Amino acid sequence: MSRTPLDTVEHAAGTPDVELPWAELGLKKDEYERVVEILGRRPTGAELAMYSVMWSEHCSYKSSKVHLRQFGEKAPRSDAMLVGIGENAGVVDVGQGYAVTFKVESHNHPSYVEPYQGAATGVGGIVRDIIAMGARPVAVVDPLRFGAADHPDTKRVLPGVVAGIGGYGNCLGLPNIGGEVVFDACYQGNPLVNAGAIGVMRHEDIHLAKASGTGNKVILYGARTGGDGIGGASILASETFDDAKPSKRPAVQVGDPFQEKLLIECTLEAFREKLVVGIQDLGAAGLSCATSELASNGSGGMRVTLDDVPLRDSTLSPEEILMSESQERMCAVVEPEKVDRFLEICEKWDVIATVIGEVTDGDRLEIYWHGGKIVDVDPRTVAHDGPVYERPYARPDWQDALQADDANKLPRPQTSEELKDQVLRLVGSPNQASKQWITQQYDHFVQGNTVLAQPEDSGMIRIDEETGLGVAIATDGNGRYAKLDPYTGAQLALAEAYRNVATTGAKPLAVSDCLNFGSPEDPAVMWQFAEAVRGLADGCLQLGTPVTGGNVSLYNQTGEAAIHPTPVVAVLGVIDDVARRTPAAFQEEGQLIYLLGDTREEFGGSAWSQVVHDHLGGLPPKVDLERERLLGEILISASRDGMIDSAHDLSDGGLVQAVVESALLGGKGARLVVPDGLDAFTFLFSESAGRAVVAVPRSEELRFTDMCGVRGLPATRVGVVDGDTVELQGEFTLTLEELRETHEATIPALLA
Amino acid sequence: MTARIGVVTFPGSLDDRDSRRAIRLAGAEPVALWHKDKDLHQVDAVVLCGGFSYGDYLRAGAIARFSPVMDTVIEQAKAGLPVLGICNGFQILTEAHLLPGGMLGNDHLHFICRDQKLRVENADTAWTGDYTAGQEISIPLKNMDGRYVADRRTLDELEAEGRVAFRYVTDGEAADGYGNPNGSLNDIAGITNAAGNVVGLMPHPEHAVEPLIGTGRTDGLPFFTSILKKLVSA
Repeated sequence: MSRTPLDTVEHAAGTPDVELPWAELGLKKDEYERVVEILGRRPTGAELAMYSVMWSEHCSYKSSKVHLRQFGEKAPRSDAMLVGIGENAGVVDVGQGYAVTFKVESHNHPSYVEPYQGAATGVGGIVRDIIAMGARPVAVVDPLRFGAADHPDTKRVLPGVVAGIGGYGNCLGLPNIGGEVVFDACYQGNPLVNAGAIGVMRHEDIHLAKASGTGNKVILYGARTGGDGIGGASILASETFDDAKPSKRPAVQVGDPFQEKLLIECTLEAFREKLVVGIQDLGAAGLSCATSELASNGSGGMRVTLDDVPLRDSTLSPEEILMSESQERMCAVVEPEKVDRFLEICEKWDVIATVIGEVTDGDRLEIYWHGGKIVDVDPRTVAHDGPVYERPYARPDWQDALQADDANKLPRPQTSEELKDQVLRLVGSPNQASKQWITQQYDHFVQGNTVLAQPEDSGMIRIDEETGLGVAIATDGNGRYAKLDPYTGAQLALAEAYRNVATTGAKPLAVSDCLNFGSPEDPAVMWQFAEAVRGLADGCLQLGTPVTGGNVSLYNQTGEAAIHPTPVVAVLGVIDDVARRTPAAFQEEGQLIYLLGDTREEFGGSAWSQVVHDHLGGLPPKVDLERERLLGEILISASRDGMIDSAHDLSDGGLVQAVVESALLGGKGARLVVPDGLDAFTFLFSESAGRAVVAVPRSEELRFTDMCGVRGLPATRVGVVDGDTVELQGEFTLTLEELRETHEATIPALLA
Repeated sequence: MTARIGVVTFPGSLDDRDSRRAIRLAGAEPVALWHKDKDLHQVDAVVLCGGFSYGDYLRAGAIARFSPVMDTVIEQAKAGLPVLGICNGFQILTEAHLLPGGMLGNDHLHFICRDQKLRVENADTAWTGDYTAGQEISIPLKNMDGRYVADRRTLDELEAEGRVAFRYVTDGEAADGYGNPNGSLNDIAGITNAAGNVVGLMPHPEHAVEPLIGTGRTDGLPFFTSILKKLVSA
């Protein structure tokens, strides 16, 4: 068999006229010309592979970068931030010498193509991001969005995604404590599978992704490298250099959670023995990303011998090895005298580990294959100097009409009977129904530190057994609100996640986000994106919760139809003693139910407008972040001082949804009275922000209402925890049994 | 005085830390054991915890049963060493033939994680002395392959000899944790060997040892206080 000569740097310099398939690899003409300009010659095939994948939208954030800068520019002053945007995940000080790292990422496109593996590898990737910061992962959360619940394809995608998250996450020994499941026809061809993880470490154990110290060794460890996720590189390999070998391989990677579990344990053991100088996980763009990022963030250069990479498929070309997205791999930088010990630990855990290169004193990333130099680049140009686009954006011409289509003018229930019927339709609708069928496929208990898990307002994990120090996390997003007004919609997502954390008694500290949007090439989508980022950055500044990192997923679009703009916001909080946490379930009969905050006629984007009228129009609820902060402070004080026994945030579905959930969780009913100044319908279904319902023991009533009065938070007594029905005086009575049946039957009936 | 109770870590073990915590909370001394190490380090009892040992890609517990540490566990269990197998540990015990029968995939084909009602059927084993026979307890269940099966003769023998240690309680609402969660024959959740030193069950007592944490119940703690009492009084 004849082989074309290896495309080394030297060869490339001597053959300037060779045509490379840059367009097939996704580069634009001017981007390719930029590569040639940077290098002063045409790139080698391997270099082209690296640039093309690192300059992709997914890795370079080229469309979103100009907007994301606001998160840094508008960042509130916060003493809690230890590491900010740019590292694998941000790090937040939670006190007592502990630091917490957390992040949410998307795995949307792969999960549509192959739901099980797409979702599974999403969990794997986010968990590796967390360990790459030096942290022990302690929990995962999964915000999910699917097409219409009764669409046949949802029955293909959802069970696969849920089984994938469970199948992978459960094997890692990480409790799944939160997330969301939302259905909307706009996600039909573009489900959103976002995955979040939290990790904990001591301050002194923070590890950063950089290769420093000349002579330090670069160790690749974990799974062997195979041909998965290298669609683009295959083009390069087969068309340009050698068309005699197999190259068609699946574009969605396949996960092995067992390998990942070993990777976690052996990495943490290496951390404990202080063997690691720098570390990076291999995710998107595999070795291309890991080597260029490690080298560009460090002080020196790096030399890598690609022949030393353990392969699952010996026919892989160097370009494919550089681009492979095989899962469960990490790259560590280790001082020479500690390499033996590092390899020993890997061997103890049966993890393959290989020295593939070393840190050099230059500033070049050089990669060798079969003795020839096939990459010689300034790693910064690969990792950080990608193209930046100022994509045009414009408020879509349909936005005014959408906002003018006022949901407040929709026909409302006229009789008690209609009101009752609509309550049942709401609590049994797919979005409001119990997600237990889904969440019980996830392990909530492992590690023995789970204080709260879904369906609580936030998931809560104890991180110190002696002191009871804990962290809480909530993720929220409402694409319907954001469609009506992306700026406000993003702030509402932030407000809800913030409120959810405070509702459980934890103090909100920091934010991570996962921004899911349609095509950035559509000026209307780009406007939604720009508005949402602006709203979120402004909101974080006002609430004093910095954005520590996040992820952007664009091109969630089929043809002309983009998804609703869907910024998903994760808020992390801290609680000094988890014994003070506030659950959502009603605890004791006789306790008084108080509604906190102001209720207005706000139905734009509401669950009621969707369930009863299949309507989306008008304006989303108003946001008042100062009010959110006050509400949060009251909820936290009340929890700390034992003034409330349960609390539940009011969001989609309004008060009735919250009360029904608290009642079903506690197995105790409620008698409600419409307060003065409100009608029954608005009382039950309004989605005004900045509200919560709390149950107050009678002995604490005065103290609690005094506190709210002094601080200026409206607190209205609306009922009492009582019996085995939910009753709205003068209107209707529903038994808990009937409510439970309605609330819990929907999802299994559609999906089981 | 106290007792030393070992917890084996296989690659893929998940609840090893939790099991050691439960042992500590019960007042005994937890000892970490390693799958490649045949030495049990003079422990007085052993817990095989939950997880996916060696990935469980072949059949749950099938590979772990051949690990070096299990050679010793099997030998000493036959000589009377108390051994508790939880979830994957139970699967390993059946693979090792220390307990009869085996586990198949749940009849509904999904992983299930929930608070589960159990009835203690046998309070005379080394691990159940602090319960009373007939007592109903609630502890978390979480597994993919939890459906206990055995041939008719074995089932009859287990029933006749009172060796069904725990049964799923079926007369109540699923929402409250009642019901057979996986199609186990005779609603069997856990069994004991004839001598009462080897006990295996699918639900996780180590996840129910602290108020506030998990389900907030401590119904699982008596497993660990039972064995401690037995070892200390022996």
